Parts: sequence; structure tokens; C-alpha cells
Amino acid sequence: MRNVGAYVVLVLAVLMSPSIMCAQTASQSGPIKHEGIPPICQGAGRFNCAQPPVKGQAVDTEPTTDAWGRTARRREAAKDSKPGPAPRHDISGIWRVTGVDEFGFNGPGIFGAGAMPSDGWPDHEPPYTKEGLEAYHSHRPVWGIDAVAPAQTNDPVKACDPQGFPRDDLHGFGTTQILQTATQVVMLYGGGYKDWRVIWTDGRALPKDPDPTWTGYSTGKWVDDTTFVVETNGTDDRTWLDNAGRPHTDEMRVEERFHRVDQDTLELTVIINDPKYYTKPWAGLDKQPFKLQPADSSIGEGRCVPSEMALYDSLISKPANPEK
Amino acid sequence: MRNKLMAICMVVSVMLAFQVRILAHHGNASYDTTKADTTLTGIVTDWIVANPHSFLKMDVKNDDGSVSHWVIESSAASANQRGNVRLTRNSLKPGDKVTVTMMVAKNGQPVGRIHQLVLPDGRLVVTDLP
Repeated sequence: MRNVGAYVVLVLAVLMSPSIMCAQTASQSGPIKHEGIPPICQGAGRFNCAQPPVKGQAVDTEPTTDAWGRTARRREAAKDSKPGPAPRHDISGIWRVTGVDEFGFNGPGIFGAGAMPSDGWPDHEPPYTKEGLEAYHSHRPVWGIDAVAPAQTNDPVKACDPQGFPRDDLHGFGTTQILQTATQVVMLYGGGYKDWRVIWTDGRALPKDPDPTWTGYSTGKWVDDTTFVVETNGTDDRTWLDNAGRPHTDEMRVEERFHRVDQDTLELTVIINDPKYYTKPWAGLDKQPFKLQPADSSIGEGRCVPSEMALYDSLISKPANPEK
Repeated sequence: MRNKLMAICMVVSVMLAFQVRILAHHGNASYDTTKADTTLTGIVTDWIVANPHSFLKMDVKNDDGSVSHWVIESSAASANQRGNVRLTRNSLKPGDKVTVTMMVAKNGQPVGRIHQLVLPDGRLVVTDLP
């Protein structure tokens, strides 16, 4: 949506539309949650979003099996489970994103940052500065309200550039293993790009004006028995914040709050602070829950492989390019 | 601009003909979601297990006797499960008869994306939601 004129046209289209939804529930903390189907899902030919599952489709609670024959994925706790209390200073384990997002898909991130999806609701548009909005418009994502066909995208992950941080949190979390040592918390992301990063817990300060890296520089500390807070700087600005193409600068600071709710549940909040592109900090994830997976399960491999991406282009995206 | 829109209850009916599934590197903007999935039965000519998408090539005999050479992408193996029916490199081989329910390319090319697949032994493989 790049100008008021476009919005006027859309408003007229909406007023003539048979399906006008305007229920909205405002939350006073975090992004506003809406009732009803998101705008991006409305109308013929739109994203086929919150559809009922295909008959026989794997459902959110159904565990699956890995190549070892072990239970690989359990999104929700068993109905009769009674998780124990949260252990002190412990977020280690294999964690799987839980629940479905507003589109009916398992877990956030496909349409962009889970707490601010690119779904057409105006208040799910991040608080861009003029420069930030220009940077966003230079991106051609394949997901969200401004998506293009795969053959037309300039998403850096298309070339198998790393997702980097915080896109690893905002999209790539999926099933992720967290390890803890005496001086580190290590994130092994299993969401599709097999990335990892180290969070230092030895009390060091973040480096000042470091050379940017794909996952940045992170330090973390426990603020109470069950909450671990992480600060990150020095992320490479070639990465996108999320699947929807939101941009960031290399001056961005990210705060993560990991809260161990109980034995089986971890919540993650991710705050983006990048004054050059955004007028105020905003939450990319807002208490997104994750469930603890069996300790003997495998994350499974998800990678971006350049040769296989080239195969995908030759077999699928180029032949199916709508502009042909 | 946001304030103007906040005052208006609206549903945006922009004609973007794409559907959504799965991973970051591509959406489904190439596929036609204006109609229900297409179901075709064909003979496998190749089954390529790759990351993050596998590719099924199959020949489908058309009503007029001609043969269409389809290329159909599949989600990652971990996403292809229902009732512990996993889609692996051994699941399909050239010559197998399969039935695929998929969304198809808008431009009419024989390209699609699997939603369901009936294996030669009759088991149903369903692509999980992401």
C-alpha cells in the first residue's frame, strides 16, 4: 500500500464487498489482536488462509516420527498431563513452537513476525520511519500483504544467505534446541536454516560498534528464577527481520525475554529497537509459547542448499512464474 | 495514513491470487487458489528428495490421449506426515502409480504443490501445515 489513493480504491472496494468484517479487540499491551479473518485472507483468490484442515491432514496435536523412529514433534501437552513447576535458571531443552497462528498455520513466522504479521490489518504494520518504509518497499517478499511470486523475489534467503538474527527467532524457531553451559546459552535453530548462535552469560558487555555478523553479538542474564533476558547488537543489515521483508539496520538492538512458565512451557518475547527505521520499539514475538519435546527426539534437518534451490528454480518457480 | 485506516472498519479485497504454505524461501504466489485442489493420477517418472522441497515428476494421461509431464513439489520430509506415514526417498520410484491432490500453477503449466498423495500401497500422505 504505497499511497492514499490506493487506500481510497480499496475502501471503495471494501464497501462494495459482501464480506465486511470490522470486529476488533484492542489489547492495551502489545499488538492489537483482531477477531475475524485477516484482510489478506479475504476475497476470491486471496491467501487461502484459515481453512479447515484437509481431511486426514495432520493436526496440531498429532505427534510425528523422526528417521530414528522416535516421537519427533508434539505441539501440545497431552490432555491429562500436569507439568511440574519451572526449574530455576533453566531454559535448556528441545522446544517446539505451539498453537496455530491467525491463519490456521502451526506457529508464527510465515507471514512475518508472529506478533506483527503482514496480514493487511493496518495496525500490524510496524511503526516505520520514512527511511524504514523506503527500505521495506525495496524488498520483494514472497509472504505477506506485499508478496510476489518466487521468481520475482529478492529475499536474500533465496540465494541461501543466512536468515540471521532475529529472523531465526521470528521465523526459524520451529523446533529449536537450547543448550546451557556455565558461560553460554546456545541456540540450535531447527526451523529450516540450521543456524546457531551463542549468547554469553559470563557478564561481558556487548561490544561497541562491532563488525556486523549474520547473528550479531548477544549477552544474557537471569532477572529472576525463570526469566532470561538477552540483548543483541551488531547484526548484518543484509538480513531481513522476517518473512514479510521488514528491514533493519546494523544499529538495531534486539531484546529477547525467555520465560520458563512451567516444566513443559517456554514463552519468548522479542522486541525490535531500531530508531533509524522504526519510530519506537515493537514486539516481533509477544509471549510466543513453546512446548518441551522428548529429550530423545531429533530436530530434523532443514537447510537452504544452493544446488537444491537451483533445482527448485528450474523445476518449479521459473516454469510457474505467473508473468510468463 | 494509519490513523485514517484505524477509523475505518474494512476488509481489504486486493486481488492477490496466491495461497500460503510453508517455508521462507518461497510463498505460493505462483499457484491458483481460486478453485479447489486438483486431483490427478499418474505414473512416477522421478522422485527427487531434496531440502527443503522434494520433487515428484509424473506423467498423466489426458482425456485426448496426450501425456502431460507434471512436476510437483512437496514439503520437507518432516512436514509430510499423518498417522506416522513418512514420505522418504524410498516411498516412490519410477513406474509407481500415484494419486496427487495439489494446487496448480496459475499460468497453466503442469506444475503443482502437493497437499495429499496416495502412495502405491494405498497409504495416504498428507502435507502438514507449516
